[in-house]
Amino acid sequence: MEKIVVVVVGTDRVGIIARFSGHLFAHNINIEDVQQKVMDGIFVMTLLADISQSSSSPALVRRELEELGREMGLKVMVHSEAVLKAMHRV
Amino acid sequence: MSIGVEEAYETAGMILFHNFDIRAVTLGVNLKDLIHPEAEKMCAAVEERLTRLGTRLVRQAQAVSGELGVPIINKRISITPAAWLIEPCPSPQAPLLLAQAINRAALAADVDFVGGFGALMHKASTQADRRLLESLPEALSRTQRLCAFANLASTSAGMNMDAVNQVARLLKEMAAASPDALACAKFVAFANAPEDNPFMAGAFHGPGEADACLNVGISGPGVVRAVVDKYPDCDLTMLSEIIRRTVFKITRAGEMVGRKLASLLGVSFGVVDISLAPTTAIGDSVGMILHGMGLERPGAPGTTAALALLIDAVKRGGAFASGNVGGLSGTFIPVSEDTAMIEAVECGALSLEKLEAMTAVCSVGLDMFAVPGDTPAHALAGIIADELAIGMVNNKTTGVRVIPAPGRQPGDCVDFGGLLGKAPVMRVSRFSGSNFVGRGGRMPAPIGALRN
Repeated sequence: MEKIVVVVVGTDRVGIIARFSGHLFAHNINIEDVQQKVMDGIFVMTLLADISQSSSSPALVRRELEELGREMGLKVMVHSEAVLKAMHRV
Repeated sequence: MSIGVEEAYETAGMILFHNFDIRAVTLGVNLKDLIHPEAEKMCAAVEERLTRLGTRLVRQAQAVSGELGVPIINKRISITPAAWLIEPCPSPQAPLLLAQAINRAALAADVDFVGGFGALMHKASTQADRRLLESLPEALSRTQRLCAFANLASTSAGMNMDAVNQVARLLKEMAAASPDALACAKFVAFANAPEDNPFMAGAFHGPGEADACLNVGISGPGVVRAVVDKYPDCDLTMLSEIIRRTVFKITRAGEMVGRKLASLLGVSFGVVDISLAPTTAIGDSVGMILHGMGLERPGAPGTTAALALLIDAVKRGGAFASGNVGGLSGTFIPVSEDTAMIEAVECGALSLEKLEAMTAVCSVGLDMFAVPGDTPAHALAGIIADELAIGMVNNKTTGVRVIPAPGRQPGDCVDFGGLLGKAPVMRVSRFSGSNFVGRGGRMPAPIGALRN
């Protein structure tokens, strides 16, 4: 099962979850977990999503979400969950 | 256990704010099977192979970067030492033809650099080794993407002082043959050159390697600097610990990228080189890590000790993260490519002698530093011999990438722009060692090499 972690960094505002989840829904990507927190005074949200049922590639999803981030004045990173697990789990 | 928001943010922050990336994916390519007495035939076959494999490398590296969300900056190829390829070629033009064929392949495939145009001559040299070396001024000034090396010393063989003198003379010719001595930035003289180093300018595909393998160079000076800056008051044991933890993480990412890419290319995965490799980007600086550790400037008393702690911590973290750590895996301290090192030379904090001392504890050597253009060849030979002796005696790699900048004096600088940065001209001792290096011959291997 292929999973991605979307990290959204910036200033909290209305519609962040709505717009990002809407994009993922349009690609038939299931969101499994959402977390958000203010760290160092910066709003951070993460979405864990399963893209195995989607016909879109992670690269395409990344491009679209980064573009959405630019529109909303937010920094967006899309990682493979496997990379994060390799880095943060022994 | 799923990934927490803090962990995801830490990784995203490394890339977004602290220049973490996979600095180089380097495909090692064996070319020994293409050796042929007719230089034109051999060059055509080399060009075809490098273009084909290079094109695949670039395409697949982009795909892996897109899939995993980790930036890959440079796509490179390292080849069988080129001196072997011209061994049977009687044509005096063979080295230059080969250099140009490799360069055309790199341009066609959009590979950033091809390394391996060099020779292993640490004990002695063949006629082909010497011919290849003599071609360097022309080969490096007439190509853009070719990198060259010469291994001039090893712990087991000693130092080939005749070759050191030849290289010193050729460095002067390379400097004269190219604007701002740019050709010299594409050549490294080594002691104990690793066969699987993914970093340029010294990468080559060594004799103990397979037909092809993929090596990865990670880089995170910015990431390490950021974490060191967070702990301004902790003691040195804790400082080592926090560096180790960070390097563990970035090495794991590098290994994952490398394995994935190797698998897509259908080649074996070679090594992760965990060297800290700075760039001129703001904050992506080894000098700034040293500053964060508590040194006013690189070169201040304590610098060598700080660097020793830093690279030890890097190795601890990297070796725990991957069983395939290799290549150079030290700390690059290139003067021109690190803003804090440039400033340290400019303000008088860092001398050539202190820089040499620093290389005794980090593996990579005297890198990307400029000296006055009128520095005599015997002084260049002495600088190279001193540095290679450190590697030879301490059973480690050291290298020299020196820019004898034509018409420049201390206080001037050479600005290459881009990745190669800006090199302030460093002062060289005005006292001569010419009668020593001029003796030539081979410096015997250190007694410590007799281990059997």
